[in-house]
Amino acid sequence: MNKEKLVYGGAVIVGVSLIAALLVALVLFSIGASPLATYKTILTGPLSDVFGVTEVLVRSVPLLLVGLGIAISFRSGILNIGAEGQIQMGVLASTAVALALPGLPRGILLPLVLLAGALGGALWGGIAGWLRARLQVNEILSTVMLNYIAAQVHTFLLRGPMLDPNELETGSGTPQSMRLPETAFLDQIVPGTRLHTGLILALVAAVLVYVLLWKTTLGYRMRAAGAGAKAARYAGIPVEKYLVVAMLLAGGFAGLAGAVEVTGVHHRAIEGISSGYGFAGIVVALFGMLHPGGIVPSAIFFGILLIGADMTQRSAGVPANMVLVLQGVIILSIVSAQSFLRNPYAQERLFRWLSGFRPKKGAQP
Amino acid sequence: MNPEVMIYNVLSLAVPFSVAILLAALGENFNQRAGVFNLGCDGIMCMGAFVGFMLPYSLKAGPLAPYGNLLGVMGALAAGALLGLLFALVTVTFRASQGIAGIGLQMLGWGLSGTLFRHFVGGVTGVEGILAMPIPYLSRIPFLGGVLFNHTPLAYVAFLLVPASWFLLYKTPWGLKVRAVGTHPRAADTMGISVDRTRYQALMLGGAMAGLAGAYLSLCQARMFSDDLVAGRGFIAVALVYFGRWSPLGILGGALLFSIAQSFQLSMQVWGIKFPYEFAVMLPYVLVIVVLALARKARQLGPTELGKPYNREMRF
Repeated sequence: MNKEKLVYGGAVIVGVSLIAALLVALVLFSIGASPLATYKTILTGPLSDVFGVTEVLVRSVPLLLVGLGIAISFRSGILNIGAEGQIQMGVLASTAVALALPGLPRGILLPLVLLAGALGGALWGGIAGWLRARLQVNEILSTVMLNYIAAQVHTFLLRGPMLDPNELETGSGTPQSMRLPETAFLDQIVPGTRLHTGLILALVAAVLVYVLLWKTTLGYRMRAAGAGAKAARYAGIPVEKYLVVAMLLAGGFAGLAGAVEVTGVHHRAIEGISSGYGFAGIVVALFGMLHPGGIVPSAIFFGILLIGADMTQRSAGVPANMVLVLQGVIILSIVSAQSFLRNPYAQERLFRWLSGFRPKKGAQP
Repeated sequence: MNPEVMIYNVLSLAVPFSVAILLAALGENFNQRAGVFNLGCDGIMCMGAFVGFMLPYSLKAGPLAPYGNLLGVMGALAAGALLGLLFALVTVTFRASQGIAGIGLQMLGWGLSGTLFRHFVGGVTGVEGILAMPIPYLSRIPFLGGVLFNHTPLAYVAFLLVPASWFLLYKTPWGLKVRAVGTHPRAADTMGISVDRTRYQALMLGGAMAGLAGAYLSLCQARMFSDDLVAGRGFIAVALVYFGRWSPLGILGGALLFSIAQSFQLSMQVWGIKFPYEFAVMLPYVLVIVVLALARKARQLGPTELGKPYNREMRF
């Protein structure tokens, strides 16, 4: 990515954020909250102490991993909306492996658990990829449906076969799995907080995704398939195959995010563990211009937003669903801005329309 | 229990279940016929459900109380049309990628309805809703009467909209325009049809119908509102349009098939057939994927320019 493009892209993102903030301010206004105070709480509240900063980073780890996967799939021309379900499958697979093999030494168990999570997610994403490649099933619809299915599988397993036996005997029947063996925990980076080494893992993954997409043949072919399927096919690239690969990778990253949540934060599978990371990941990826270099700051920014939204719910009574509204508005503004900027005719028309307000003497209509 | 009663139970439950997805899918059909793939349908239904619930709920004690339900339905139609207009602005005027924009609209509608609900209402509260209105004489026909003629007024409207939207699409100049801009926008443009304006109209109509579908859910089916009331029905409606091969009659068939599967699943639980509840809930979603996989051939019958923004100034 060259410098001009970077500045240009950055300007677009800033502009889009401002537009989105203005639109959401209308909503805040209508529910009687002060937009300025709310934004101030959201943006500065989480960063006011060390604990807040570590919590932001804890949230941005899954966002970063999911966002990377989604960037791979979007770049390859397949729109993966199913990260939510893929996370849940990753959670289930990694928990199952950790609970099944508690005796293994840490050096083997932990990588195995993370791998299992990635495989669980990859399987779930791969289904949608295969359906698209072989049967031309629209991947947006199939991934959305797979989300609902995964949610039910998750609930079923946590309430049935994987339910913690202690919950049945003595507990309140909370649907959650047994606690993982400690050998399957990720280390804490800052003692006393929840910040774990998953952060390092996610940052390494960001570098790897960059290398994959821009420095390898596989990545080049995937991007080619996404940029123009027809042209790629003429160049001898089996587009369908790369669609499946892209969905396997996207699902794998989402599944890994689920595994990292289990091993780093909750140490067991619980209900609501993915808490919207799958959808937020789409916005993170688009906001980061589908490039790892942009997705890292974008994941941190949305980490701030998520924590900040929780804070405003407590302090200002603004429901945390507000984040969903913000995400929706940001998506709509980003895709509008991008296609507008890619289209010189539309810009010309806008300028013509704008200059219509200040007609110059002798100007042609 | 004799089989006739069992069939009766399944069918008389299936008909009301089918109304919401039928309404939304008929609306989505107009969008897709005009060449726009509106995945935000689910979000529009959320907003329709919220507005439909909110107006009667807040007017409960006021002088307008007797008109609460009517106003709720009108409000849902208006909210849906408004969101359709927003989607048209994004996808027709700005020519944004329709798939991602649809997901954005879905998040917006879902999040906005949830936010407003939590702020203005808070917890689960019921409304009286719209009561069933058996059609005189017809509802007393044995078997058929209970299955077909003992529902809420919105259900009758939905079923009447099947022939109405067929007529609108195939027998009116506007329907011809809609099909033209979805199949060959350049030819339509050359003939003096405004592609953008037609797509705007189709999106607003589709949005209003999705809003009505949402209002049906909150006013007639659940008689309350919650965040997960719509539960992906908007996406099922989009899939139904494929399944029904872009024809109102096919969509009706698909909607009935889905709702029979759903009511069968519920009835099985009532009959005491042991079956994990979660698997029963996931059944319609699995069915959507299977149906989409089987409907591969049907895609050739669809609007050829589906999902492609039209740019009259682009020369190629």
